[in-house]
Amino acid sequence: MTYDWPTAMPLIFAGLMGLAILIYVILDGFDLGIGILFAVAEDAEQDTMIAAIGPFWDANETWLVLAVGLLLVAFPLAHGVILTALYIPVFVLLVGLILRGVAFDFRAKVPAGKKHRWNRIFFLGSIIASLAQGYMLGVYVLGLDIGPGGMAFGALVALCLAAAYAAMGAAWVIYKTDGELQKKAVRWLRTALVLTALGMAAVSLATPFASPRIFDKWFVWPEMLYLSPLPILSALLFLWLWRQTFHLPKPDDRGALTPFLTLAGIFVLGFAGLAWSFYPYVVPDRLTIWQAASATESLAIILVGVVVVLPIIIFYSFYAYRVFGGKATDLTYD
Amino acid sequence: MDPLILSRMQFGANISFHILFPTITIALGWVLLFFKLRYNATNDSAWMRAYFTWVKVFALSFAMGVVTGVTMSFQFGTNWPGYMQKVGNIAGPLLAYEILTAFFLEAAFLGIMLFGFRRVSNRIHTLATVLVAGGTTVSAFWIIALNSWMQTPAGFEMRDGVAHAVDWWAIVFNPSMPYRLVHMLLASGLTVSFLIAGLSALRYLAGDRSESMWKALRTGVFTAAILIPIQIFAGDQHGLNTLEHQPQKIAAMEANWNTGPNVPLVLFALPDEAAKDNKFEIAIPDGASLILRHSTSGVVPGLNDYPGNHPPVFPVFWGFRIMVGTGLLMLAVSWSAAFFLKRRHSLPRPLAMLMVPMAISGWVATLAGWYTTEIGRQPWLVTGILKTADAVGPVAGSHVALTLAIYLVLYVLLLIAYLGVLVHLALKAAKDGDSSPLPGVMNAALSQPAAGE
Repeated sequence: MTYDWPTAMPLIFAGLMGLAILIYVILDGFDLGIGILFAVAEDAEQDTMIAAIGPFWDANETWLVLAVGLLLVAFPLAHGVILTALYIPVFVLLVGLILRGVAFDFRAKVPAGKKHRWNRIFFLGSIIASLAQGYMLGVYVLGLDIGPGGMAFGALVALCLAAAYAAMGAAWVIYKTDGELQKKAVRWLRTALVLTALGMAAVSLATPFASPRIFDKWFVWPEMLYLSPLPILSALLFLWLWRQTFHLPKPDDRGALTPFLTLAGIFVLGFAGLAWSFYPYVVPDRLTIWQAASATESLAIILVGVVVVLPIIIFYSFYAYRVFGGKATDLTYD
Repeated sequence: MDPLILSRMQFGANISFHILFPTITIALGWVLLFFKLRYNATNDSAWMRAYFTWVKVFALSFAMGVVTGVTMSFQFGTNWPGYMQKVGNIAGPLLAYEILTAFFLEAAFLGIMLFGFRRVSNRIHTLATVLVAGGTTVSAFWIIALNSWMQTPAGFEMRDGVAHAVDWWAIVFNPSMPYRLVHMLLASGLTVSFLIAGLSALRYLAGDRSESMWKALRTGVFTAAILIPIQIFAGDQHGLNTLEHQPQKIAAMEANWNTGPNVPLVLFALPDEAAKDNKFEIAIPDGASLILRHSTSGVVPGLNDYPGNHPPVFPVFWGFRIMVGTGLLMLAVSWSAAFFLKRRHSLPRPLAMLMVPMAISGWVATLAGWYTTEIGRQPWLVTGILKTADAVGPVAGSHVALTLAIYLVLYVLLLIAYLGVLVHLALKAAKDGDSSPLPGVMNAALSQPAAGE
């Protein structure tokens, strides 16, 4: 393999797209999760939970636009193939995202009597969007297989991802609140962790058998040895977090952010495993990143913008999270 | 029905619903900045009350814009995969810059703008307002650049059937881009000023005579009265630019079937494409020649010069007339309202009642204008390079029809909810008047009103 621009550019963009998806899943994961937890929260708690994500969700969702945008502009062939194959799930995802996005604002602005309706819509939109994302991931993992087997696997991943998002949401509530709600969130986290662990185990077992290609990538010597830290580390983090839930919240609110960071770590490990399973394909078994990429000079133009803007985005994301750090109780979403 | 026309309807429905909200946020960001700067300068709390009322509208419109914008980024792939395959090397970077420089700027600083009053200094908060307003405008810049390039492509070459960029300056500042950008930014300004004037008129009719109502009303009416003549001039220049670069679109807009001098200005007609003729035509003799060529004997292009290569006449002809008609109505309403506000310091009831439905006149004109220019581009998706029919994806017509139906139901419901909330916010503000508790004092002077206030 030679390292010239036509070789390197698609790799760089695949990396950037992966980064955008990972950031999206972690960031929008917690606010989608809070939407899912709406089902088990009471009225006053719901207001606090919204306040905990209000300043962030617009920017969080923008990472999805960046990820899909990078797929669109850097790998236009793949964008067409993937999204036409996933036409209906994409549509369901979009309806979910639309419903929850507008519910944020409507629930705070409509007359008090209609607020319940928008709370329900917020929950529905969040769960629909989460399930649709999981389903799309499952179908994609199996190489865009939309037969009965692919659909069943998609459904399994959908439930697993929804549980994982709920865990993220609960971890975020632990970080952003105190008192009764925080204690409640610890119990939510425990339940969601069990469901997530079950789902992840099922998905991990099913994937190699559902896809011989992925089986071949994982179960060969010596790759198996290099890859073994991924599942082992994930399992250890799970167990550690599970034990932690029995000691939270701690005095002086120490370690309130730890569950969230631990979950983010598990997401990163899982994502790395997925990335390894696919590389170098952007459409499994059909298009490699080099076959699907735009012209090198067009990618170069985009890269200039990315190199300038991405550090700024990351810098002010940190700034915004710092400005809105601390407990969410004194913030109102109006 | 075939997937092509269904896909076009779906894309049209999605982008029409989307454009309603950026049209508001582009200019409303600057209006909010104006309110804020007036408050900073005068210390008059009525300016801040106006800010608080309208920042809610901004937040709601922005959220609607974000979620419908997410839909747009998927629609290219789901419905028009041929588009990016053919011109992705040019459309890609323009879209990427739209997302990078603008979308993030808005979305990230919106949080500080909406919730940051208590947490950042007044200066940072004003800066966030500037960045959000600037972000929406830069966003519009890139999208208009791409759209204009599809209308009047420049600065590229075809290699193996795929467009490659040669000159980025020529691509971005293609022949129709400056005209379209100015026309759209002014349209946004007019949409917002009529929205503000209309909802303030509603407050006026509900008996509200508070300072914050007057301030918003005057801002809306005077901005509209200033912008509308500029817009009419800019629109005329845009039309002349179209005549030069896309004459077949002008021929369809004027429903002019035969090239020649002394072409009349058709005021009303039912264009009949099969007979190549207009039914029930009412026209001003030599009018079109006079407007387009500044001479009664000026030659105006006709549809006969573009057999099989011109847009459908009926929607383009009527889209244009609805836009111009709405614009003239805007001129009449905003100038009479400005007259009464300036000379009589009051607003006659009938005029106020007319201004309330005119709150959405900007939407009507903007949509009609976009339909004119986008349908006017047909049968091309990118003029001379890619036909719309060649870009459509392999999705079954039934899937497109089903999703289209659900989108439409969803959009109608959301639109009702959105307008309902606007009315609710206006009436609530009318009831509170100047007695609405100003959020926070001392160190929290600029904080958001708490829920329930």
